[in-house]
Amino acid sequence: MNRREFAKLLGLSATALSGIPLGVTRAVGQTKGGTLNTIIQPEPPILVTALNQQQPTLTLGGKIYESLLRYGSDLKPLPGLAESWTVSPDGLVYTFKLFPGITFHDGKPLTSEDVVFSVTKVLVETHARARGTFLRIDKAEAPDPLTVVFTLKAPFAPFLNSFDCTTAPIVPKHIYDGTDFRKNPANAQAIGSGPFKLKEWVKGSHVHLVKHEGYYRKGEPHLDEIIYRVIPDGASRAVALEQGKVQLTQWTDVELFDVARLSKLPNVEMTTKGYEFFAPHFWLEFNLRVKPMDDKRFRQAVMFAVDRKALLQRVFFNLGKVATGPVSSKTRFYEKDVKQYDYSLDKAKALLDEMGLKPGADGKRVTIKFLVPPYGEIWQRSAEYFKQSLGRVGIDLQLENLDLAGWAERTSNWNYEMTCNLLYQFGDPALGVSRSYITANIRKGILFSNIAGYSNPEVDRLFEEAAVATSDAKRQELYTAVQKIVVEEVPIAWMVEQDFPNFIDKRLKNVITTGIGVHETFGAVTLG
Amino acid sequence: MTSASINSGGRVFAVALALAGWFVKFVAVVLVIATFNFILVHAAPGDPAQVIAGQSGASDEKLLAQLRAEYGLDKPYPIQLANYLKRVVTLDLGYSYRQQRTVASLILERLPATLLLTATAFTLALLSGIILGTLAGVRAGKWSDTLLTIVSLLLYATPVFWLGLMLVLLFSVQLDWLPAFGYVTIGVPMTTLQRMGDIGMHLILPAVSLAAVYLAIYTRLMRSSVLDVTHQDFIKTAKAKGLKQGRIIIRHILRNAMLPIVTVAGMQAGALVGGAVVIETVFAWPGLGRLIYDALLQRDYPVLLGVFLVMSVIVIALNLLTDAIYRVIDPRVSVRAAS
Repeated sequence: MNRREFAKLLGLSATALSGIPLGVTRAVGQTKGGTLNTIIQPEPPILVTALNQQQPTLTLGGKIYESLLRYGSDLKPLPGLAESWTVSPDGLVYTFKLFPGITFHDGKPLTSEDVVFSVTKVLVETHARARGTFLRIDKAEAPDPLTVVFTLKAPFAPFLNSFDCTTAPIVPKHIYDGTDFRKNPANAQAIGSGPFKLKEWVKGSHVHLVKHEGYYRKGEPHLDEIIYRVIPDGASRAVALEQGKVQLTQWTDVELFDVARLSKLPNVEMTTKGYEFFAPHFWLEFNLRVKPMDDKRFRQAVMFAVDRKALLQRVFFNLGKVATGPVSSKTRFYEKDVKQYDYSLDKAKALLDEMGLKPGADGKRVTIKFLVPPYGEIWQRSAEYFKQSLGRVGIDLQLENLDLAGWAERTSNWNYEMTCNLLYQFGDPALGVSRSYITANIRKGILFSNIAGYSNPEVDRLFEEAAVATSDAKRQELYTAVQKIVVEEVPIAWMVEQDFPNFIDKRLKNVITTGIGVHETFGAVTLG
Repeated sequence: MTSASINSGGRVFAVALALAGWFVKFVAVVLVIATFNFILVHAAPGDPAQVIAGQSGASDEKLLAQLRAEYGLDKPYPIQLANYLKRVVTLDLGYSYRQQRTVASLILERLPATLLLTATAFTLALLSGIILGTLAGVRAGKWSDTLLTIVSLLLYATPVFWLGLMLVLLFSVQLDWLPAFGYVTIGVPMTTLQRMGDIGMHLILPAVSLAAVYLAIYTRLMRSSVLDVTHQDFIKTAKAKGLKQGRIIIRHILRNAMLPIVTVAGMQAGALVGGAVVIETVFAWPGLGRLIYDALLQRDYPVLLGVFLVMSVIVIALNLLTDAIYRVIDPRVSVRAAS
């Protein structure tokens, strides 16, 4: 007996339910059309990516809002709304040529005016991450409807890495010009220029996107519609995938302990590709203002005392790689020839002894409070793992659990001793790495700043020079030098370059094609 | 005749006085609750600006200042509280800047789903609890009573999320009889009748899961209450008069045994509205419970306060309703005594 027969049995009447197709609704073998069912969790508050950059907003908003460029797995720029671009030899003038015939979802054309408006008026006002980059623009011009020219005040190497859909979504000037962006009633419609537009959003249930008929890329989008379902419970999400109710999962949709089991499903493929732009780096964070964490030897001892391979295997279920320093090996300018911290309790103990931090009668050398961030299962388990590991060398961690608001309040105001954290690298060390180490970014009350309070003038100088150097070779040289220093001083104990699993129905093609992965437009995705 | 009309006039006056008293109490309790909610909600560490920053992967002073100004968090607490109470009195629940919607519209959007779920579960639990409890009570000591007692004890001890997941595994994954989650099939055009049938199918598992625990409570309560009444003198009198067993149970035992059930049910009906959060999460049911939970984690103060207020009003109203039902079941409870 299947569900329809069961419904009849219940007397929910044959007429009541006949005609409601179940599961995937189209014939196999087509490459045009079809519905992609996937998951969004937690539910985003709004869908306008220029106004809100929470992870789910960006994943879903990538279909609605597009930017000038896309980035391959190697993080090299690819055409987005811009068909081509040039950079002047002094690294100051960036000229973008847009594709002809781009329209917004309301039918109005997207021109260079919209690009200039979005970047210089909206994003510098509403987008914390974009603000840091786009405030460096001296002049933004739109000489003709398809040409945009940005002139920088001074060279900034990662400028060309800042035009992905999560950093620089293009919004319609005719809707936002002269309004209070955050309070604009049009935010509910989320008018962008991406291949999919918002049809319906039933809060707490689903977001329904349909094809944007006027999309500028010939033949795209292939899919007719995408339905993002809000499924808050991890076990229910796994069931949805197993039953084929959803054909795609991303980020933390599937709990890590379920990955091995679900990878065996015959109808789906699992890949961890597509997170290169974000390159999430998981680490243990010290408060360098608190003794004994101000001592380099203590921090080195922590690096030696944690068996990071075992952490990766047992807590992260091997989804990732052991991190060796501040820069992710998935991104550019990574240096692998740095000081190595192999797992050695003896080395850790020797360093602690050398500092004069001797064990007391109970074997404890020092007691440290550890804030457990509330991001889910692996964070709790990681914290417990750190407690066990450091306990073996006499460092006693007292775990304290908080919810997100409480944790953010405590850490950003430096009211913590130790915690762990996950930061994205955003495609370039000048965007995602230096922020955690430079003196200028020690800012109380601000998350993802240099909350540890690390300060080294040489490190500041190297990061600053690398950000404005115009040749990649020069930048590599500077980043290599800074990585060697920072790894020696361990202001942060890097643990794991975390991977996230994407489960993809085998009938879906072209889902993960770039370094932005599931944030891509999905215009090229086909089903069948 | 004269004395009768004075009596009825006095009665109307007493009822009016009681209603006025109720109303004053109602408003006072709501205001106290609103103040208490406000203090409680703001006592939790962190604020919505930090949460948004924490989930965005990047932050700066400007973002935090903008968000705090938008939420009205840049003003001192007493002024925020005064503004809030002023809005409560004018029945304005406020605006969620996070979701860019009025709180009233957010609640109204979610309330039907929650009421459908909790009302179904409540009715299911109450009716089956009364029937099963009575059956167990009148057959006390027999095997059917033991069986019912064991089953209800098991249900009572089962965590509700676990029961929900097990039901999903059995009825959705193994048998494929019922949908595993959601409120309605998405993206399929349906007639009203089809839609109702579809929602009904989606409703079965969450409603049964939610009803299970309460069913167990009512069964056990009803059983002991029935046992209690059965040993009273007037039941013996009824038996001695030669009344039939069925009539004794329905007319004499049930009516008297119902009072404790009404008391407990009245208290729990309010709890059901908020208590559905776990079931709503497991079954991705778009109800009020999840709205509260999300608002709490995100420190979406206006939504949180709005939902708390609506729930307290519902609870107070249900308590009044319970009082009224008392009077119907037991004429000895007078209007004056309740006021």
